[in-house]
Amino acid sequence: MSNPNALLHRRDVVNELLRDRADLLVIAGLGAPNWDVSAAGDHPNNFPLWGAMGAASMIGLGLALAQPKRKVLVITGDGEMLMNIGSLATIAVEAPKNLTIAVLDNERFGETGMQKTPTASGVDLAAIATACGIRTSRIVRTMAEVTELRDLAHEGRGTVFAQIKINPEALVFVMPPADGVILTTRFRQSVLGDEALYN
Amino acid sequence: MAEAAKSRAEAAPALPTWPDEIYRVLKDAGIRQVAMVPDAGHSRLIRSFEADPETRVVTLTTEEEGVAMLAGAWLGGERGVLLLQSSGVGNCINMLSLPVICHMPLLMIVTMRGDWGEFNPWQIPMGQGTRPSLEAMGVIVNKVDEPDLVASTVQGAANLAFNTWKPVAVLVGQRVLGAKNFKELARK
Repeated sequence: MSNPNALLHRRDVVNELLRDRADLLVIAGLGAPNWDVSAAGDHPNNFPLWGAMGAASMIGLGLALAQPKRKVLVITGDGEMLMNIGSLATIAVEAPKNLTIAVLDNERFGETGMQKTPTASGVDLAAIATACGIRTSRIVRTMAEVTELRDLAHEGRGTVFAQIKINPEALVFVMPPADGVILTTRFRQSVLGDEALYN
Repeated sequence: MAEAAKSRAEAAPALPTWPDEIYRVLKDAGIRQVAMVPDAGHSRLIRSFEADPETRVVTLTTEEEGVAMLAGAWLGGERGVLLLQSSGVGNCINMLSLPVICHMPLLMIVTMRGDWGEFNPWQIPMGQGTRPSLEAMGVIVNKVDEPDLVASTVQGAANLAFNTWKPVAVLVGQRVLGAKNFKELARK
C-alpha cells in the first residue's frame, strides 16, 4: 500500500473477512454492510438485515448460543452498532467463544446523506467493548489487521469486537433477497437441514 | 370469611402457583433461551430458569435486544421466551419488524403496570398503550386476569407462536400480580 495512512476500502475488508468462509454464519447489519456482504457473494449462511436497526449484534448472540459449534460473524456499521450499544454489555457477560462483531466504521450515517456519527467526534467503540469486558477488542486500520481479525473469527476462541476504520465511500448497492421469509427459511434449512422445513 | 380464618390468611398468604405452572409449560414447549429485563412479577419464574442447567438466562440492557436475540436463536434452531414489564414493550416496537416480516415465532410474557389498581401515574401511558402498540405491530395479544388461567394462556400462546411463526404476547394483568402501592410503603 503506497499510503500507510489511507483508510481501508469496505469491500476489500469484507472480502477478506469472508475469504474461505467455510461454514461461517454471517449476520449483516442494515445499510451498506448488507450490500458489502452481498457483494462478496450471496450465500444461504448470510442473514442480511433490511431493517430492525440495532438488531445485528443481538441476533449474533442468540445464534451463537444456539449453535455453539459454529462460528458467527456479525458485520455491521457504526450507526447500527451505536443504536444498541448496550448490547455490548449483554454480550460481554454471556461471552460466547464463537461470536465476532466487526463494525465497519466510516464515521457516517451512509444511507441518509453521510451525516456524521458520534465516532466522527472520537467515540471509541472498541474502548466501550473493552470496558464492557470483551477482552479481545481492537481498532483495525490495516489489511494485515483485517486478516488477523478474519482468523480470530474463524478460530472462535473467545468473543471478539473490532472497530474497522474505513473510507466513507458510497458504492453501488448489491442486494440480497429482500423477502424475510426467504432469508429466514434458507438460512435455517442450511444450518439445521431439511428438518427446518417441517417445524 | 370468619375472623379466625381471615387472620390466618393475612398472616400467611398463599404463594401464587402460576409462576411454577408456566415454568413447566415453557419447559414442555422446549424453551432454551430466556431473555429478560426483570420485573417483580417475573422474579419467581426467573429463579426457576436460573436454577435450570438446560436454559440460558440472558439479562438485557433494553427489551428490544431480546427480540433480536430470540430471532438469532430461531435462526440457530432454539426456542426462547422474552420476559418483560409492560413499560419495556415500548422499547421493542421497531425491533418487532424482524419477527413480523420474517415469520419468526416470538413468545413474550409481559407483566402489566399502569393497569388495574395502579398507584403510580407515570406507569399509565405505557401500561394503557401496551396492547394497542403490540397490535399495531402485528403481535397477537392475549391478556389474562385470572391466576388460574395464566398457565393455559401461556401454553396456548406458545403453541400459536411456535406452530404458526407469529409473535405472540401474553399480558399478565395486575389483578393476577397484585397492584403495588408505594404510598403505603412510604407511610410505614
